[in-house]
Amino acid sequence: MKFLASLTDRLRDGLRRSHEFLGGQLDELFASERPIDDSLFEELEELLIAADLGVLVAEDFKHRAREEVMFGTVTRADQLRPLFRRFIADTLRPAAQGLRLEHQPAVILMLGVNGSGKTTTSAKLAAQLKAAGRHVLLAAADTFRAAAIEQLEEWGRRVGVEVIRQESGSDPAAVAFDAVRAATARRADALIVDTAGRLHTKSNLMDELAKLTRVVARQMPGAPHESLMVLDATTGQNGLSQARLFHQGIGLTGLCLTKLDGTAKGGIVLRIHRELGLPIKLVGVGERVEDLQTFDADRFAEALVPVDQ
Amino acid sequence: MFETLSERLQAILDRVGGHGRLTEENIEAALREVRIALLEADVNFKVVRAFIDRVRGKAVGQNVLKSLTPGQQVVKVVYDELVELLGGSGHRLAMASHPPTVIALIGLQGSGKTTTAAKLARYFGTQGHHPLLAAADVHRPAAVDQLKALGTQVNVPVVGDADQTSVDICTTAVREAAERGLSPVILDTAGRLHIDEVMLDELRAVKAAVRPHHILLVVDALTGQDALTVAERFNAAVGIDAIILSKTDGDARGGAALSVRHVTGRPIAFVGVGEKVDALEPFHPDRLASRLVGMGDVLSLVEKAQASVDAQTAEDLVRKIRQETFSLEDFRDQLRQVRNMGPLDQILGMLPFGKALRGLPKDLDGEQADLSRFEAIINSMTPGERLSPQIINGSRRTRIARGSGTTAQDVNRLLRQYAQLRKMMRGLKGLEGKMKKGGIPGWRSISG
Ligand SMILES: Nc1nc2c(ncn2[C@@H]2O[C@H](COP(=O)(O)OP(=O)(O)OP(=O)(O)O)[C@@H](O)[C@H]2O)c(=O)[nH]1
Ligand SMILES: Nc1nc2c(ncn2[C@@H]2O[C@H](COP(=O)(O)OP(=O)(O)OP(=O)(O)O)[C@@H](O)[C@H]2O)c(=O)[nH]1
Ligand SMILES: [Mg+2]
Ligand SMILES: [Mg+2]
Repeated sequence: MKFLASLTDRLRDGLRRSHEFLGGQLDELFASERPIDDSLFEELEELLIAADLGVLVAEDFKHRAREEVMFGTVTRADQLRPLFRRFIADTLRPAAQGLRLEHQPAVILMLGVNGSGKTTTSAKLAAQLKAAGRHVLLAAADTFRAAAIEQLEEWGRRVGVEVIRQESGSDPAAVAFDAVRAATARRADALIVDTAGRLHTKSNLMDELAKLTRVVARQMPGAPHESLMVLDATTGQNGLSQARLFHQGIGLTGLCLTKLDGTAKGGIVLRIHRELGLPIKLVGVGERVEDLQTFDADRFAEALVPVDQ
Repeated sequence: MFETLSERLQAILDRVGGHGRLTEENIEAALREVRIALLEADVNFKVVRAFIDRVRGKAVGQNVLKSLTPGQQVVKVVYDELVELLGGSGHRLAMASHPPTVIALIGLQGSGKTTTAAKLARYFGTQGHHPLLAAADVHRPAAVDQLKALGTQVNVPVVGDADQTSVDICTTAVREAAERGLSPVILDTAGRLHIDEVMLDELRAVKAAVRPHHILLVVDALTGQDALTVAERFNAAVGIDAIILSKTDGDARGGAALSVRHVTGRPIAFVGVGEKVDALEPFHPDRLASRLVGMGDVLSLVEKAQASVDAQTAEDLVRKIRQETFSLEDFRDQLRQVRNMGPLDQILGMLPFGKALRGLPKDLDGEQADLSRFEAIINSMTPGERLSPQIINGSRRTRIARGSGTTAQDVNRLLRQYAQLRKMMRGLKGLEGKMKKGGIPGWRSISG
């Protein structure tokens, strides 16, 4: 995790736009002259909902804030901003965890619904691990989508990482099997397996993934060491169902939250973390290889509820 | 996951009691549930707020139909409003009078543009057109390869070269299409953020260069609250003509669709229902509406509720038809029900013998104004006139017209309608005997 730490500064950079979006509105809300009344709480709740935290989490935070006001720990409107930030950060602090890369090779599966950013995240991670001096392999286990293999190969060329592949249409489990063998033979430090996007409700496709995982586990006890669900930050409440079903079907070790460089804030991770306890291991903030960060709960909370403008 | 909205609404409203009318107070709790359901379905909170106000306005003051519970009544109002807001189905992408027709697909990264481009190409192929695909995404690795592979699958030529600019690819494609007699030209553009000005400029340049006839925004059905902002910005930057909702084959409620429609006013043309190239369907607002409120059962619920209304109404009717006692007062009650339930035509369609009645009293159909006018006329009659309308002569007619603020012609029209209905009912009575043997579902259980 340390090798990524130097890059975490970019998180603030990548999330700056979210500040701009939400910041102005919050400023008005939290202005100290404003009385703490019902309309203030309603507006606050809506701001959290706008960040995709979901109405249940938003209401919960609202109630907790009301309690603080009742108990007199909060007396001014401008104290609410730090309070909400604290709620968010406190909830997510346990979610900030690093990748488990101790095993050689560490096998990392990239899973998720269609178009969430699995292939790009695989490439970014490969590039960063490589930059940190590790020997990495990529596996093109999306044998289904048109030119998915070519896409990963192109990334492989760009970042200088070898891609293990088979023909389009071949069995993804066979690709993974090959790749694990290659990674072991070449004494690689990490193997990143890019899988095909699939909706979590499609049981045949989820079975295919479970099979791939079983094959890898049989081949290398303890593997896969990471099974990461890649989640697009624009995702709404359906993200919970995604995480639940991927977790049920495969057993996730964490989330990667991508596309945080837009105006969406990815607030659904809060609900996912509360319900499933899944850590958030990586954050994508752009399309370039540098645009991958570790997750930091305080910074995430700041992006949702900015400190200053 | 959670119980359906309809169940929750029923529970809440049934607790409030069996009052016959929806009031601001007794539906507030229900509206709170509706709000939560829509937010859970990812409808943008601003759109939800506007929607709730609309539903409140529509629902308050409504009589609860006899055998609907208040909860069901609210569900019905919500459902109807959603269908209306989601707009019509079957929006067609018109072909330009001077081919080639140019269609551009735009949207966020990974929303489904490239796949949808191939799906559209296949769709137009099946419609007898000869499309051309343009791979104008020169940013994403292997984007051109992806579209070329898909083009092969759907048997549609693809132009594109990752070394050219997006504008060049699009201009070349349109020129080539004109030369080869191909249309429409479907432009697959790179995914981009709605706040990335440099990339938006690329879109503006493409638009200026080839003047697409249709700019389609591809929106992922999994999108949350941000859909509103995204659609708003893309619309402001290049203007969008219609929407395609992708990835509806999962369990996402698809509230983004409502947000996007609300903010752009543009129709939803198609929905993506899978990864394969044939997984594209025309948009059906009713399906999305029932999905949005999280109840696949909403339709059947309302249908069931309406069926039970019908059963009761029909039973009454049948009795009256049999005894030939269907008075103007009954007619008025029917009118009232009709006003609460929607177009008469639809109601008749739901009655067991409705098919026979349907379309006959054409003038009664639709026009709420007409219905209230008829009601006013009947109200201005004496009970005797209502029971035996044949006693209504010239002076009575003038009095009734004056009393109801209508004209003598209106009174005549009503009486004609009524006479027509009675005549029809006598006809039905004759039919009844034949139907008794069974065969017509619903009839039997009601009449005997
Ligand atoms: N802005 C932005 N775009 C991203 C980010 N991560 C990925 N993308 C873009 O999202 C699109 C989809 O990314 P992919 O990596 O192909 O997604 P995937 O999950 O592999 O897609 P499938 O394999 O088709 O399911 C591409 O255009 C990426 O460039 C990010 O953090 N920010
Ligand atoms: N299940 C399902 N998957 C879809 C649908 N439409 C597209 N996809 C998948 O979503 C992923 C992304 O689709 P693309 O067509 O590559 O998306 P894009 O918008 O072109 O992506 P960029 O060019 O990177 O911006 C792919 O895995 C597609 O197979 C759909 O309707 N249902
Ligand atoms: Mg991929
Ligand atoms: Mg594309």
